[in-house]
Amino acid sequence: MRENHPQKTTEDDNRSSSIPDLARAEIAESSTSKNRTGLSEPVPGSNQTENPSPFPDQVLENVLENVLHFLSSRKDRNAASLVCRSWYRAEALTRSDLFIGNCYAVSPRRATNRFSRIKSVTVKGKPRFADFDLMPVDWGAHFTPWVSSLAQAYPWLEKLHLKRMTVTDDNLAVIADSFAGFRELLLVCCEGFGTPGLAAIAAKCRLLRVLELVESVIEVEDDEEVDWVSCFPNEGQTHLESLAFDCVECPVNFEALEGLVARSPCLKKLRLNRSVSMAQLHRLMLRAPQLTHLGTGSFSANENVDQEPDYASAFAACRSLVCLSGFREIWPDYLPAIYPVCANLTSLNFSYADVNAEQLKSVICHCHNLQILWVLDSVCDDGLQAVAATCKDLRELRVFPVDAREETEGPVSEVGLVAISQGCRKLESILFFCQTMTNAAVIAMSKNCPDLVVFRLCIIGVYRPDAVTQEPMDEGFGAIVMNCKKLTRLAVSGLLTDRAFEYIGRYGKLIRTLSVAFAGDTDLGLKYVLEGCPNLKKLEIRDSPFGDGALLSGLHHYYNMRFLWMSSCKLTRQACQEVARALPGLVLEVINNNEDAVNDIEILYMYRSLDGPRDDAPENVTIMQ
Amino acid sequence: MENSMGRHETEMNFKATELRLGLPGVDEMEKVPSNYSVLRSNKRSSPETSEVESINKTNLNTSNTICHDQDNAPPSKAQVVGWPPIRSYRKNSLQQKKGEEVGMYVKVSMAGAPYLRKIDLKVYKSYSELLKALENMFKCTFGEYSEREGYNGSEFAPTYEDKDGDWMLVGDVPWEMFMSSCKRLRVMKGSEAKGLGCF
Repeated sequence: MRENHPQKTTEDDNRSSSIPDLARAEIAESSTSKNRTGLSEPVPGSNQTENPSPFPDQVLENVLENVLHFLSSRKDRNAASLVCRSWYRAEALTRSDLFIGNCYAVSPRRATNRFSRIKSVTVKGKPRFADFDLMPVDWGAHFTPWVSSLAQAYPWLEKLHLKRMTVTDDNLAVIADSFAGFRELLLVCCEGFGTPGLAAIAAKCRLLRVLELVESVIEVEDDEEVDWVSCFPNEGQTHLESLAFDCVECPVNFEALEGLVARSPCLKKLRLNRSVSMAQLHRLMLRAPQLTHLGTGSFSANENVDQEPDYASAFAACRSLVCLSGFREIWPDYLPAIYPVCANLTSLNFSYADVNAEQLKSVICHCHNLQILWVLDSVCDDGLQAVAATCKDLRELRVFPVDAREETEGPVSEVGLVAISQGCRKLESILFFCQTMTNAAVIAMSKNCPDLVVFRLCIIGVYRPDAVTQEPMDEGFGAIVMNCKKLTRLAVSGLLTDRAFEYIGRYGKLIRTLSVAFAGDTDLGLKYVLEGCPNLKKLEIRDSPFGDGALLSGLHHYYNMRFLWMSSCKLTRQACQEVARALPGLVLEVINNNEDAVNDIEILYMYRSLDGPRDDAPENVTIMQ
Repeated sequence: MENSMGRHETEMNFKATELRLGLPGVDEMEKVPSNYSVLRSNKRSSPETSEVESINKTNLNTSNTICHDQDNAPPSKAQVVGWPPIRSYRKNSLQQKKGEEVGMYVKVSMAGAPYLRKIDLKVYKSYSELLKALENMFKCTFGEYSEREGYNGSEFAPTYEDKDGDWMLVGDVPWEMFMSSCKRLRVMKGSEAKGLGCF
C-alpha cells in the first residue's frame, strides 16, 4: 500500500500527466510488504490526481524491480539508476552488491542510506603507489567508520572484500559479532590487524565459507600471537570452501589445521603459509583430495625425514587440481612431485620460487592447458622460450625480478618477450620486469598479441633507452596502443619522450589505468593523455616533469576519474589551489616531506568525493580548499 | 667489514661515530633531502640520450658517496624509494630466501602507529642511510644527533633494543656494533627517548 507522501516538485513536473507518471510515484521503503501479484487497491488521497488509477504504476514498479533484480553489472545498474527517480529507487532496492572504489569518495552513511538490501560489500582504500612505500604509514583508509555503519545497516551481510584498507583486530571482532550469516572475508593488501582478529573470525563466524588473506601484512609482536586456527569450531563439519593464509608470517598450529581440513568436506581452495613443510603438506593433501586450488606452503623439508612419503601420488590423487601456488622455500628436488597434475593446471604461480630454466622446463613441458603463469626472472629467456613452446593457451604472464636493483643486464630481456609473443598468441595480460628492452620486441608483441588488455612493462633501469638502437622507447609503446585495440591498462617505463604520450593520447581510447614513472619531457606529455583518453579513470605518475599547465589541462575530465596521483613532478601549490577552486567536488591531498619547499608539491593525490574532505587525515597531509 | 672496524678503533675519534646528515668530511651541515628519490632533481628538458645516461649515473654516484665514504666497500646503487614497483611484502619474501645472503630483518614500530614494518639492516651501510630510510618510511624527521643530547629538539627519535634487552638511541655505538646487537627498532616520541643513551 502506498503511503501518503506530499508530492515533491522536481524537474519531472513538466511531464504530461495523461500517462502514469512513474517519476511521481513514491515507492515506500518497506516494499517487502508490497503485493507482488501487481494488484493493489486504489489508495485514498493518492498522489495521482490526473490519472486516478494507481494500478498500472504498481504493476510497473513490481515489474521494474523484478527485472532489475537480474542486472548484475555495476555499470548497467548505475545507468539504470539514472533513467528517472523511480528507476533510481527501484535499482537501489534491488542492488545486493555494493562496490566502493575509493573509501573516501562517499561516506558510509550516504551509501547505506541509498542502498538498503546489500549482501556483499567491496571497499578499496589506498591508491596502488602506497604499496611501494610512497605514502605515509598512517595516511588513512581506515575501515572503522565503515564497519560500524555496515553493522548497523546490513545485519544480514554475507560478504566483505577489502583492498588496501587499514583494518584493525577490533574491526574484525565487530565483523564477527555483527553479521550472523557472514560467509566470505577477502582481505587484499590490507594491514593493521593480526592473529587476534583472525581468531575472532574463526571462532564466531559459524557459516564462514571463505577466508582469504592475500598479500596482506599480518605481523604481530611475538608475545601477542594467537593460535587462530584452533579457534575454528572443534566439532562438526565446517562450511569452509576456501582458506588462504599464505601471507601470514607466524607459524600455525598444524594439528589444529589438519583437524580443520579433515572436518571441511567442501574445502576446494587451500593456500598454506611458509611454516607448513612438505611432509605436513602431504598429510593435508591426503585429507583433501578434492582440492582445486592449492598453495603448497614452503615446499621444502624442515628436518631430515627417514622415509620420504610418496609426494607424487598425493598430487596424483588430487584429480581436480587446476591451480598451484606457494613454493615459498622451494627445494627443487621435490618438483617432480607435481608432474602428475601439470596437464590439468590452468594456473601456476612460481613467483616465490627461485627456479632456473632447466627446472622450469621440467614442469612447463607438461602444462599444455596453462592460462596463467607467474614466475621469477630466474627462469631466464630460456625458460620463457620453453613457456612459449608449450603454453599455447596462455592468457596471463607475470615475470618478477629476483633482484630488484638496477643492473646493466638481467636474466630476461627482449629475447624472452619476443619468444612469448610468438608462442602465446592469446595473451591478454602481461607484467614484465627486465633490465633492458628494445622497441622491436615490444612492437613484435603488439602485432603478435592483439588481444592484449593489460600491458605493463617495467624496465628497471630508469631512463633506459632501446638496448640496441639507443632510441627512446616511444615507438614500442606507441605500437602497443595502436595495435592492441582492447587495451585498458598500460604501464610504461624506460626512456620516453612526449611522443610516447602523444601516441597514448591518440590511440589509447579504451585505457582506464595508466602508470607512468620517470618519463616525458614537458607538460605536453600529460596534456596529450588528459585530452586524448576519455576512459581514463586511474592515473598514477611519479618522477616526471609534468607541471601546473598539464594539471590544469585536465579540468574537463577529473570528475570522471577515480583518482590522479602525481609525485615528484613539477606541481606547485598554486595550481592545486586553482583546481580545488574550479572543481569543488574534488579532494586534493598534498603530502609533503620537505617542509622547506613551501610551494613545491611532493605528492598530489586527487579524487572526487560526494562528501567533501575527510576528517581523519594525518598531520603531513594538507587538503586544499 | 674488518677494515672499517679497525679504522674506527685506530681513529679513536668521536667524529667517526658522530651522526650527521651531510657528506662525511664536510664540516657544515648540509640538508640532504630525506626522500631517497635522488633522480627527482634530474628534471630533464630534452631527451639527449647519452647525456641522460651519464647524468643518471652521476646522480647515482653522488648519492653513493654520501653513504660510503667511511667504508671501503664498493659503492652499491642507491635505492630509489618505491622503485622498481614491487610490493615490499614480495621483496622481503624473496630476500629471506636467498641462501648466500641472509638478510638481517628487524621489526620497526612507531609510537602511535598500530602496525609494524620489517627492514633488512644489511641493506644499509651506515647510520645516515638507515635514518634516511626510517625518516622516509614514517614521514618524520629526526634532526641532528649529538652524543650529549641525542636527537634533542626533534619530535621523534630512533631507538633500538639491543641483545641485552636495553633500549638505546640509534647512533650511540659504532655502526658495526649496532648491526650485531640490534634486535628491533622503534621510532619513539622525542620526550620518550630522553632517558636513553649510553652516556
